Amino acid sequence: MCTTHELPPGGRRIVEVEGRSIGVFNVAGDYLAIRNRCPHQGGPLCEGVQVGELTSDLPGDYEHSRPGEMIRCPWHGWEFDLRTGASWFDPARRRVRSYKVQVVPRGELEEPPPRPGLHPGPYTAETVPVTVEGAYVVLELAPSGN
Amino acid sequence: MSALNGTAVIDADVHALVPSIERLFPWLDAHWQEVAQTTQFRGPTDTPYPPSAATSMRPDLDPAAGVAETVEDLRAHVLDPTGVEAAILVCAYATEAIKNPDAAAALSTAANSWVAEQWLASEPRLHGSIVVPGLHPTLAVEEIERCAENPRFVQVVLPVRSFAPYGNRIWWPLLDVVTRHGLVLNLHFGGASGDPPTSVGWPSTYLEEYVDMPSAFQTQIMSLVAEGAFDRFPDLRVLCSESGFAWLPSFMWRFDRLWHALRREMPWVRRAPSAYIRDHIRVTTQPFDVPVDEFPRVYDHIGSDELLCYATDYPHWQSETVAAAVPPLPEGPALQAILGGNARRLFGLGGERN
Repeated sequence: MCTTHELPPGGRRIVEVEGRSIGVFNVAGDYLAIRNRCPHQGGPLCEGVQVGELTSDLPGDYEHSRPGEMIRCPWHGWEFDLRTGASWFDPARRRVRSYKVQVVPRGELEEPPPRPGLHPGPYTAETVPVTVEGAYVVLELAPSGN
Repeated sequence: MSALNGTAVIDADVHALVPSIERLFPWLDAHWQEVAQTTQFRGPTDTPYPPSAATSMRPDLDPAAGVAETVEDLRAHVLDPTGVEAAILVCAYATEAIKNPDAAAALSTAANSWVAEQWLASEPRLHGSIVVPGLHPTLAVEEIERCAENPRFVQVVLPVRSFAPYGNRIWWPLLDVVTRHGLVLNLHFGGASGDPPTSVGWPSTYLEEYVDMPSAFQTQIMSLVAEGAFDRFPDLRVLCSESGFAWLPSFMWRFDRLWHALRREMPWVRRAPSAYIRDHIRVTTQPFDVPVDEFPRVYDHIGSDELLCYATDYPHWQSETVAAAVPPLPEGPALQAILGGNARRLFGLGGERN
C-alpha cells in the first residue's frame, strides 16, 4: 500500500481496499491495521486520537502503558486495541476487524494481477523504478488470527 | 395485608422522631442542657417532612398526638399490625444542620443513646441506624466507632443531600469505618447542609423538593461509583431510603452509556456502572413511584431481584393503602426477596449476609 518511509513511527494512513476503509498505523515500528468503522455507530474510528492503555487497581492509581496502541472513536470515545481490534470495555463481544500487516522487501513483492478493464496506475509503487527504499508495507485482508 | 401472609417480612425503613431537645437531656451533658435551657437553641429543627404535608403522616394517625416518638407507637402502628419479623429504625435527626461541630456531635450521640436505650433495648425486632454529625466527617467516624460496639446498630444514616458527594475522598475514613464494622451506609431522603435542595437553586414549594429528590440520590450513587468507593471498599453496601426507584433504569442506561465514552477519567471503574449498582446498592420500595400497571416493565428494566427492599416509611405516607406498599408481583421468590430476603441479606439478619 505504500513504502515504509511513507508510514513512519507515529504515522497512520487510511486506505480504501475493495470497498473497505482501513486504517494502518505505525506504532513504534509495529504496523497495525483495523477497519475504519466503529462497531458502535459506524463512526470513522481510525480518525480518532491514539492513546495508551490506561488501567488502575485502586482509585488514584493511573497505570499507563502501551503508548499509542489504543484508539478512541472520534464520535463517542469508545476505545479499541489497535493490536486486536477488541474494545476496552467488552473485548469479547464488541470488536472491530483487525488485519495483518506485513513489511515485504521490494524484490519479493508480487505484482498484483491487473483487474479487468483496469491497468496498474502511475501511483502504484511497483511501476516506479525507485530503488532507495528497500521494503514495502503490505496490507492483507485475511484475518490476522489473533 | 394479604400479600404479606406467610412471607417473612422485613420493614427496611421505619422512623423514630425526636420530639424535642428536652427528650434527649438524659444523654446530653450539663453544658448542652444549659445551652438549650438558657438560649433559643432547639437543636436540629430542619426536617424533610413538614408536619402539615400530606406525605408526612399516615392519615389514620394524629400528628398532634406525637406519633412515632415512642417504641409503643411503633409497635401499635406498624410492627404488630403488619407482623414483620424485623424493622430497620431510622432516626433522621438532622444534626447535619448544626454548624457547631461539638453541638452536632453531642446531639448525634444523644439521639443514638436515646434510640439504643429506649427503642432497641426494649424491642428485639428493631435494628438501629447511627446518626452522625454530617458536616464533620472526622466526628462522624468517632460516633460510628462508639455506636458500632452495640450490634443492634446495623447501618449509618446520612442525608442524601450533603455538602459534598459521598464518594469524595474526604468521606473515605467514614466509608472505611462503615465497612470495617460490617455496617450498611444508608442514604436517606432529605438533608439540611445549607446548600439549596436542588442543583439549580431554591425551589418555591415542597412538592418541587420532593419530586427532585431522586436527582440527589443519582448524584450520590454516581459519586460513589466514579470516585472508586466500591473499588476501594469492596464490602461497602448502600441502602437508598425513600428515593423511589422508577428512575433507576434510565439512570443506569445513561451512566453505562457515557462511561463507555468517558471512562478514562476513572480507570479504576472496570465494570459498567450498572454492575456496581446491582452489586452494592439497595433501594426501599417506599415511596412507590411507579404506576402499578407499569411496575412489571420497570422491574424488568431494573434487572435484578436483589435491589428492592420493602419498607413502609412509617409514619410518613405516600400510599393510598398499606397494601399498596407491596410490589404488585406474583407470589414467588422475587416477591419474597423484596419483602424480606434482600434486607435480611443486606443487614445480615438471621445469619444471612451478602
